Amino acid sequence: MDFVPSFALTLPELVLTGTGLVLLLLAAWGGDKAARKIAIAAATALFVAGVLLVPGLHFGTDGPATLAFGGLLKVDSFALFAKALIYLAAIAALMVAPAFFAGPTAGTERGMRAEYPVLVLFAAVGMSIMVSANDFMSLYLGLELNSLSAYVLAAILRRDTRSGEAGLKYFVLGALASGILLYGMSLLYGFTGGTAFDAVRAGLSGTMGTGALLGVIFVLSGLAFKISAVPFHMWTPDVYEGAPTPVTAFFATAPKVAAVALTARVVFEVFGGQVQAWQQIVMFMALASIIFGALGAIGQENLKRLLAYSSINNIGFILLGLAVANVDGASAMLVYLFIYVAMSIGSFVALLMLRGEDGELFETFADIRGLSVTRPAIAWALLIFMFSLAGIPPLLGFYSKFVVFQATIEAGLVAFGAIAIAASVIGAFYYIKFVKVMFFDEPAGVVTGKSETGHWVLLGLTALIISPLGYLLTPSLTDLADKAARSLFIVLV
Amino acid sequence: MIQAIAFYFFATIVVASAVMVVMAKNPVHSVLWLILAFFNAAGLMVLLGAEFIAMLLVIVYVGAVAVLFLFVVMMLDIDFAAMRAGLSRNAPLGLLIAAVLLAELLLAVGAYNAGGLTLGTPDGVTAQPEGTSNIAALGELLYGRYIVLFEIAGIILLVAMIGAIVLTFQPPKPGARARQDVGKQIRRRPEDATVMKSPEVGQGVEL
Repeated sequence: MDFVPSFALTLPELVLTGTGLVLLLLAAWGGDKAARKIAIAAATALFVAGVLLVPGLHFGTDGPATLAFGGLLKVDSFALFAKALIYLAAIAALMVAPAFFAGPTAGTERGMRAEYPVLVLFAAVGMSIMVSANDFMSLYLGLELNSLSAYVLAAILRRDTRSGEAGLKYFVLGALASGILLYGMSLLYGFTGGTAFDAVRAGLSGTMGTGALLGVIFVLSGLAFKISAVPFHMWTPDVYEGAPTPVTAFFATAPKVAAVALTARVVFEVFGGQVQAWQQIVMFMALASIIFGALGAIGQENLKRLLAYSSINNIGFILLGLAVANVDGASAMLVYLFIYVAMSIGSFVALLMLRGEDGELFETFADIRGLSVTRPAIAWALLIFMFSLAGIPPLLGFYSKFVVFQATIEAGLVAFGAIAIAASVIGAFYYIKFVKVMFFDEPAGVVTGKSETGHWVLLGLTALIISPLGYLLTPSLTDLADKAARSLFIVLV
Repeated sequence: MIQAIAFYFFATIVVASAVMVVMAKNPVHSVLWLILAFFNAAGLMVLLGAEFIAMLLVIVYVGAVAVLFLFVVMMLDIDFAAMRAGLSRNAPLGLLIAAVLLAELLLAVGAYNAGGLTLGTPDGVTAQPEGTSNIAALGELLYGRYIVLFEIAGIILLVAMIGAIVLTFQPPKPGARARQDVGKQIRRRPEDATVMKSPEVGQGVEL
């Protein structure tokens, strides 16, 4: 077998894996003192890998030429779009990490572990494999590579009981979800006779038997756990609250993108011939996520927990685009995904800037009372992100919800769109609570510490994308998302 | 003919030794019966023409898993009598679960024989080439078509190793624990460390 074309297609992954292995040696040799340099090198590698994606993204790639390693991986426009988002989110997670781990919130073990950037790199490799999987085996291996790195990242503050608890919960429930997913995959393999996506698709054509239907349900349930869609969302608030904040920012963005992209690829490329079998499942998960995400967030005092419910809510809107089951819906989903990543990174960076005099971090509503007096810049940035998450025009969060609703209503699913709009009004309550607490309450006066330049750069950049100026981006974003969505619907067989 | 005899031979021993695993009084004997069951299951696999799985059973299950069991049984102080005391109390539940599993098996086989279940036809990418042993065919697939998956699995194991070390390794604190001084240990003479005493009958020793 000639591997050269395959290596050319998977060059970003090769760059990341190679860098990861070299940096691992440096980490073992240099110890935790070298952690900052290793983080910079890892971020550079992610940037280089991202640059390698640009030609394919710009011109759009689909068709048989995108198949690598005998059809195990498929590096089409859709995969490239998702990879670009994943690498950007991973770079952000690396940028905010050193300051967090150096602060007193990191507990008795100050300082970033040298393995942190290496694990982020390997997680990024796993996610790249997930989004370009074209076979159930590569899907599962990519998912596990990402998940295993994520379990360790969640527990990386090993002296902190909350971090350990988050890691353990994530590990146990993640293993359960992997088991469910594998069971579904084995059923599909048994009832269709292949593990490649096109073989399973061919085997599922015609009337679908009960066994194959069970396989579809199990696979979708396993994937729903990974994207934390209701009813498989229970772990999300606990893990997001317990994990170190830079890791939470990472969890809320990159793995979400990867798992959503993977779900989209599975439902369109594998179950594409059996839309009625999966559409109602995805539609139920979408609406339930929107409603539960909105209701669950109302009573929360902890800001990280609240953002966890917010991510469940947003996943609902993303799945709503998926449930439309056409090119417009998929394209709307990708646009939403991009804007969601920008909003999430922005809000988590803002949380990481809520520092006290000694650099300790604050994460409850009580601490950010009257933030507009003590730290007006952070307060205004949070205001932009929260209004945007609530979907208030003219911010970009409105545009993302608009395109999803548009796709839903054009496909004739008016009732579902109406329920989603009603639930998003409920969700607006807690987003606006941020603004009320920050601008109209008596200042608590605890958030007074300074932040690093890197945080300000990220905050400014994401706020700029979300601001009305972001509409300048939308033509090219829509163009890229359309290309990516179309490549998802090309059946090669 | 010889195949049928071999099948019934292996199958009888598998079932009998499986029963003995549960019934044996001594837990070490249970593990030894388990090893016998694994060996005979490997024999059944050979009869099916799956030499590779037979080898795996012997190497992985007998060589690693069963020996691990043996270590656990011998090193941990588990009160097996107390565990067995719960047997009669839990027996109805166990029998119920066993009956449900049996019913499921019968239903599945019955449905399959009645044509209610249609399994997929293999897509042929992993078919065994003519004239190769299945070990060679598996090797061809594992190191040819699926080499990239094999490599990814390797990276997953590497990540697992990094994770285990990151989460458990404690760097030694400088000066916290006495270092081993080999020279000092060798210089130590018996007369520095031992004293000879010849106590009277019924007397204690004062050190």
